[in-house]
Amino acid sequence: MSAAPLLSLQNLSTHYVSQHGSRVVRAVDDVTLDLHAGESLGIVGESGSGKTTLALAILRLLPPAARIVSGRMLFEGEDLLAKPDGDMRRVRGKRIAMVLQDPMASLNPLFSIGDQVGEPIRVHEGAGRASAWQRAIGLLKSVRIASPETRVRQYPHEMSGGMRQRIVGAIGISCGPRLLIADEPTTSLDLTIQAQYLELLRDLQRQRGLALIFITHNLGIVAKMCDRLAVMYAGRVVEQGPVAQLFNAPAHPYTRALLGSLPRMSDNRERLTAIEGQPPDLSSLPPGCAFAPRCPMAAPRCATQAPPAFVLGEDHSARCWLAAPVAAA
Amino acid sequence: MSTITPTIAAPAPVSLTWRRLKDFPLIPTLILLLIAFVAIFADVLAPYDPQIGSLARRFRPPFWQEGGSMEYLLGTDHVGRDVLSRLMYGARVSMIVGLAAVLVAGALGTFLGIVAGFLGGWVDQVIMRLTDTWLALPALTFAIFLAAIVGPSELNIIIILGGVYWTRYARVIRGEVLSLKEREFVNLAVVAGCSRAKIMWRHILPNVINSAIVLATLMLGVVIVTEAALSFLGVGVPPPKPAWGLMLADGKKGLMVGYWWLTVLPGVCIMLMVLSANLLGDWLRVKLDPQLRQL
Amino acid sequence: MKQYIARRVGYSLLSLFLLSLTIFLFIRLTGDPAALLVEPGASAQDIENIHRRLGLDRPLWEQYWLFVASFVQGDLGLSFYYRTPVLDLYLQRLPNSLLLAAVAMAFSLLIGIPSGILAAVRVGRMWDSAGKMFALLGLSLPSFWVGLVLILVFTVWLGWLPSSGAGTAAHVVMPAFALGWYFAAAHMRLTRSSMLEVLGSEYVKLARLKGLPEALVIGKHAFKNALIPVITLAGINLVVMINVAVVVETVFAWPGIGRLLYEGISFRDFPVVQGVVVIGGAMIVLVNLAVDIVYALIDPRIRLAR
Repeated sequence: MSAAPLLSLQNLSTHYVSQHGSRVVRAVDDVTLDLHAGESLGIVGESGSGKTTLALAILRLLPPAARIVSGRMLFEGEDLLAKPDGDMRRVRGKRIAMVLQDPMASLNPLFSIGDQVGEPIRVHEGAGRASAWQRAIGLLKSVRIASPETRVRQYPHEMSGGMRQRIVGAIGISCGPRLLIADEPTTSLDLTIQAQYLELLRDLQRQRGLALIFITHNLGIVAKMCDRLAVMYAGRVVEQGPVAQLFNAPAHPYTRALLGSLPRMSDNRERLTAIEGQPPDLSSLPPGCAFAPRCPMAAPRCATQAPPAFVLGEDHSARCWLAAPVAAA
Repeated sequence: MSTITPTIAAPAPVSLTWRRLKDFPLIPTLILLLIAFVAIFADVLAPYDPQIGSLARRFRPPFWQEGGSMEYLLGTDHVGRDVLSRLMYGARVSMIVGLAAVLVAGALGTFLGIVAGFLGGWVDQVIMRLTDTWLALPALTFAIFLAAIVGPSELNIIIILGGVYWTRYARVIRGEVLSLKEREFVNLAVVAGCSRAKIMWRHILPNVINSAIVLATLMLGVVIVTEAALSFLGVGVPPPKPAWGLMLADGKKGLMVGYWWLTVLPGVCIMLMVLSANLLGDWLRVKLDPQLRQL
Repeated sequence: MKQYIARRVGYSLLSLFLLSLTIFLFIRLTGDPAALLVEPGASAQDIENIHRRLGLDRPLWEQYWLFVASFVQGDLGLSFYYRTPVLDLYLQRLPNSLLLAAVAMAFSLLIGIPSGILAAVRVGRMWDSAGKMFALLGLSLPSFWVGLVLILVFTVWLGWLPSSGAGTAAHVVMPAFALGWYFAAAHMRLTRSSMLEVLGSEYVKLARLKGLPEALVIGKHAFKNALIPVITLAGINLVVMINVAVVVETVFAWPGIGRLLYEGISFRDFPVVQGVVVIGGAMIVLVNLAVDIVYALIDPRIRLAR
């Protein structure tokens, strides 16, 4: 990797603090990730492993109870955490866009499609109503919506689920962002439409040189869509690397377990719960490796000492004592 | 929208542990207790007979104002009756009417709500249509109409207010019963062969009683204001009984000449009682019954 | 859509039926209705006439039919006191009631909506607490007492406003405030909770993700959606106001429907009391129907969902 990464997260931690400060939930804990222009990165993990919090942290749109407590976020060389709120707002939707978990509810029922698709263009590029409207028609065309000239004038309830999903995608790419974050964007769609939408996203990514962060619990989708994969467990990235390497030679027992319970594209509901035991309580994590209580290969030191990220190869690392070089172990 | 958390076991009745008591509304509770105390011991505490006055001593101001004396601490009204004594006995009227009407409304509404929710079908349809229709009528107008038919008396007011306000219980309780019905412990009771009456009494009622208590507390304020309004209009507690609403009506006679105590003092009493009941009710609502939060 | 409206109309008719039945039964079951409908000191002949007119010698369902038929024809009986048809009296007073309700509504919305939004946007801050206090007082203070205190302060002590009657703009200020405070509190609470719900929605999240300025997120995306239930409630409340103004109108001697009801009570003029209650109840059933239908027309989601 020669060029500087598009997005670089360095030791990022985000905590939820309860009202009286008595409970601290480490939703994102010491995450270091790099993403290069045009690359697509899959983030997988069980529900509650911190995937969505990580995405919202990148956009600095966390709920009021959450705080980014430490770390750095560099985007195109700029420190996102150092930006004033107004500047950060101009990054959202323009340079980094995000597609939400529930596309069905993401559109405002009271405004026309054209209004909502053109809105970022008007806000970020100062376009007038008419020209934003024309751009919206073009965007709808590019997400393969038939007869966009009539569709722009319609309202969300007049669209099918798949169309709404593509409209949300159109909003995402409206200002030509460099990075698109998609948070489980297909969970509420049926299979055919899911596949169509994924294909669309991949095409858009290639045409426009977008970098893509794909948050999902579905390893099948990752295999199709992504160049690299990061596996999250209890707020930490436990293993990351090229998809092929992780699939062929997973280093972390958790990754191995995930691959063992790999759901096919067909069953959407299976949420990677085939691993024995419960996900840990993020407000009282064990001192050692968070996965140790469920790990079939846990050693005594796993319960007391948290493993650092060991480098296994170019761009491949894992937080597990099993991956430690012999000298360190 | 209320979210119903799916639980399989029968929910344990909520107990008031110390953690829950943290932001307990102490002052409102003390005010309510004080009013209750005064209401109970009005005979002993009141310095004068609340219904007898002398015209020679009418419109005396409270003691701290010029012309007032320690003889009549809070002054006298338009026929020379002691305001303090009337306020004390008025507390008794408000307490009795308020509590009794809330009890009548609560018993009737909870009963009909449980029956409607549990039995369902046409019973549910009939009860809920009636509830909706009665709910649509402004309570005060409806109460005035009833009072105009049956004539004013304390007992009638209690029955009228109970008859007007049961609908709110029925609505809420029915909704709760509908969700309780789906729970495992009710199914278990059905499988175990309990009769429907027994299930309603033994299994459903204990689980909706929290909501009924919360509603009753919130309702107390509404009922007291309505009673005062009815009395103020002359279709509530009949004079010369000392009710706060009646005192306000009488107070109008001195209002334009600035005898403020006849208007302000009974109103302050109503306000304190209603405000306290509402604050306590709000707290209970949050603590006892999270499902009622957006009520 | 048609099915939805047909069902709503059906419900309303059922409500009207239950309403008339309720009123009818209450009058019959509590003794001789002729005693209520006849003036104090009337002769035996008068009572006999009333009996015949109401058909009291006939079966109960026939009596009910006569009762409903006369209402449908607009015959609400004669007022003992005014010696005119109750309906005429009602229509004569209605404009005053509408005026009072309109001013009180304007006041309640002007206070309720902005403060509700502010409270939702600044949850838990000072504004939220101040709003809560305002709402709590509005919901706890009896409106007639608020009216009396207003008179005491602004008429008796300050001499700024007239204490009773109608005719000038100054006359409407105090009654509208006394009547509107309660509703301002109700509108504020609903605005706040509705706004909070909308602010948590996915489309507001997306609006923020688009990088819209916060003013646009709240003013455009959240506001319009949050306002739908508030406007619905306000529509119903306008009619409710006309019907609950009785104490406020009595305090300020405001010549509206409420005052008419009070006169009906004090003069033992039962046809007037009955007429006001019947029309009021019917009005509320109908406005509920109207709101349901308009709602379905405005909000396409309902149209499709049902």
